Amino acid sequence: MVRKIFAQCYIYLILIIMYLPILLLAVFSFTVSDQVGVWTGFSFQLYVDLFRNKALMTAVGNTFLIAFVSAIVSTILGTLGAIGSYYSSKRAKKMIETMTQIPVVNAEIVIALSLAVLVVALSWKFSFFTLLIGHVVLTVAFVYLNVKPKLMQMDPFTYEAALDLGAKPRYALYKVILPEILPGIFSGFMLSFTLSLDDFVITQYLKEPSFETISTYIQKIISKHPIPPEVRALSTIIFALVLLVVIGNTLYNNHKAKMIVKKRNGGI
Amino acid sequence: MDRDDIIIELIDVNKKFDDGDSFAVENFNLSVKRGQFVTFLGPSGCGKTTTLRMIAGFEIPTSGKILLNGEDIAQLPPYKRPVNTVFQRYALFPHLDVYDNIAFGLKLKKVKKVVKDKKGNEKVKYVHLSQKEIDEKVVRALKIVDLEQFESRNVTTLSGGQQQRVAIARAIVNEPEILLLDEPLGALDLKMRKEMQLELKEMHKKLGITFIYVTHDQEEALTMSDMIVVMKDGMIQQVGTPTDIYNEPKNAFVADFIGESNIYVGTIYDKLKVRFLGKVWDCVDEYPIHEKVDVVVRPEDIKICNPKDGVAVGKITNCIFKGIHYEYTIMVGKNEVIVQSTKMYDTDKEVGIKIEPDLIHIMKREISSNAFEGYINKNNQVVFAEASWDCDVTTLLKGSTIDDEGYLASSDGKKYDLTDADVSVEFDMGDVDISDNLEEGNITGKIIEMVYKGDHYQVIVRTEDEDDFVVDTEWTWNINDIVSVKVNPSKLKLKLKGDITKYEI
Repeated sequence: MVRKIFAQCYIYLILIIMYLPILLLAVFSFTVSDQVGVWTGFSFQLYVDLFRNKALMTAVGNTFLIAFVSAIVSTILGTLGAIGSYYSSKRAKKMIETMTQIPVVNAEIVIALSLAVLVVALSWKFSFFTLLIGHVVLTVAFVYLNVKPKLMQMDPFTYEAALDLGAKPRYALYKVILPEILPGIFSGFMLSFTLSLDDFVITQYLKEPSFETISTYIQKIISKHPIPPEVRALSTIIFALVLLVVIGNTLYNNHKAKMIVKKRNGGI
Repeated sequence: MDRDDIIIELIDVNKKFDDGDSFAVENFNLSVKRGQFVTFLGPSGCGKTTTLRMIAGFEIPTSGKILLNGEDIAQLPPYKRPVNTVFQRYALFPHLDVYDNIAFGLKLKKVKKVVKDKKGNEKVKYVHLSQKEIDEKVVRALKIVDLEQFESRNVTTLSGGQQQRVAIARAIVNEPEILLLDEPLGALDLKMRKEMQLELKEMHKKLGITFIYVTHDQEEALTMSDMIVVMKDGMIQQVGTPTDIYNEPKNAFVADFIGESNIYVGTIYDKLKVRFLGKVWDCVDEYPIHEKVDVVVRPEDIKICNPKDGVAVGKITNCIFKGIHYEYTIMVGKNEVIVQSTKMYDTDKEVGIKIEPDLIHIMKREISSNAFEGYINKNNQVVFAEASWDCDVTTLLKGSTIDDEGYLASSDGKKYDLTDADVSVEFDMGDVDISDNLEEGNITGKIIEMVYKGDHYQVIVRTEDEDDFVVDTEWTWNINDIVSVKVNPSKLKLKLKGDITKYEI
């Protein structure tokens, strides 16, 4: 009994540590006081301020822009890379595999610094393009790692079967391989999108000086001022959005699983 | 054979993979008649699937020609060949339903159509099939494989047998000139497999197209085929009808692989007489006198009789009831003889056995000793198969001895330094010892083949460098066992290449 209580306390303690700060932030996004912890009455003022804060809104827009563009580029490169290595010889496959692992385990600061040095060495200007390169380097490996298991699960002969039935290689790729690995491509895209969304280090090193994302903007402000209270509203909105996506995804998967069971029982 | 009758012909086809040293398929020559059911039969790794994949276009031969209706298609990609494949694990497209799986090839197909343009001139155009034509073909294919009304089912919800049928329908709906089947029944259970065998045979009759079937199951091959191609180590062992292959196996491997056999080492005793099991038997095959041969006798071809009527006499040591017959193990001296008979005999009984002369199959022995190329090293050992072996180099020169410095000294006082001298090495299969103590021998290898020869096993041990040792052993081993190989030094027969005067010092 004691053990059971202890086990439950443990998990709740962890959950509280994880979610209390966010909850606190969300609650205090509905009051205008500068400090978290001082309640000065319920109001939506911070949300109004948030959408009026032009610099912050630009940063939000920039964050989503770079996340979206880099996720698309990474998804294309990573998917093609995974397919290419899957059909390569053993030795080439192993080499590609090892090389894609490195950015995953490598410290972000190393990627950021090395790319910054490269940009300077080539005497390029820091721009959206250099930032894009940085984010793609950061995220492309995750797309590869998401697509690869789907390829491994695939029957290795479906591609040959398509060729056998008269499909040219490109047609076979679109009609047979891509539909099979689509879930992997999608989760790879989502992962690189979120990774890019909250990246700070690489962004800080590779962005154009005037270009701010949420993280670099806040960093810039708090070096001189206290945290602007609108950020509480922004954080709450982002958290609510993520929560919505997660819940929606879970519901959809449950529904899909139920449909499959239903279909199986319905058949034969 | 009429040349127009031949649908596909493989001429001197060789295939070597980039990462392998040996040929996966070697000197493959075969002609297949239109409408035949041909089976490639052999143990795994014998090159049967590789050959099939070369016909399908998934592998390109290293050399050789593949003629389809007289035209070389060896270099053509799979999508340009009028052949279709049924894959081992079906390889259906899981995101498509049954209908779309079957229609996949039809949607890509273009057919010749004569159309009239505005001025009324006839023109030949290649057009896709209409939806109606595709519908009709899919429905017909589903009918052939007994899956009517399954069009909209999801393939992942089908059973193994049903998936197999979809895979067959998907291939035959394209009306290929040849249907290739790569162990299509391997994943099904025994009962289902038997049913599908008969159905496939039926389908073959109905469709009238050529089937090329790959299997390692000899019973399947015998049941279904018009022609069987038995393969081993990338080479054809025998081509023939099921009856031919069963009744007249060309060598001990084929005899052992197809059905059950008694295999013995025999000697030709006289004209049309062969000695094995310690007795002389009449036979119908003519071989040079004193030649060592393999003798194969099927268990059902041996008659049990009174001891005084039999050519050989033995004792029944074991009896197994097999439903329609009994299977007896009779010990004739040290040799085991397997006999099938419908009559009941007591175990421990002395019986005679006799065999009709035409049922004794005599085959040339493929390997009668081990032969290697090697050289002598500075310790007067011989190096071959990537290992060094103790040997007696004095056998290279009559009356010679080894002096204190390790040189070969002849009786007339000349000295020879044999270091790096090239030699050929030969030794009998019986003079090789294998052991599971890997430290004991000079080299280790894997057992890749084992044939029982009455009183001993003939085992082939392949080393890492792909050198084969043929070993006669009394002990039972298992395929894939790792063993060490040792040769009695006094039994190594060395022969110097070139004259010994070359090495004089």
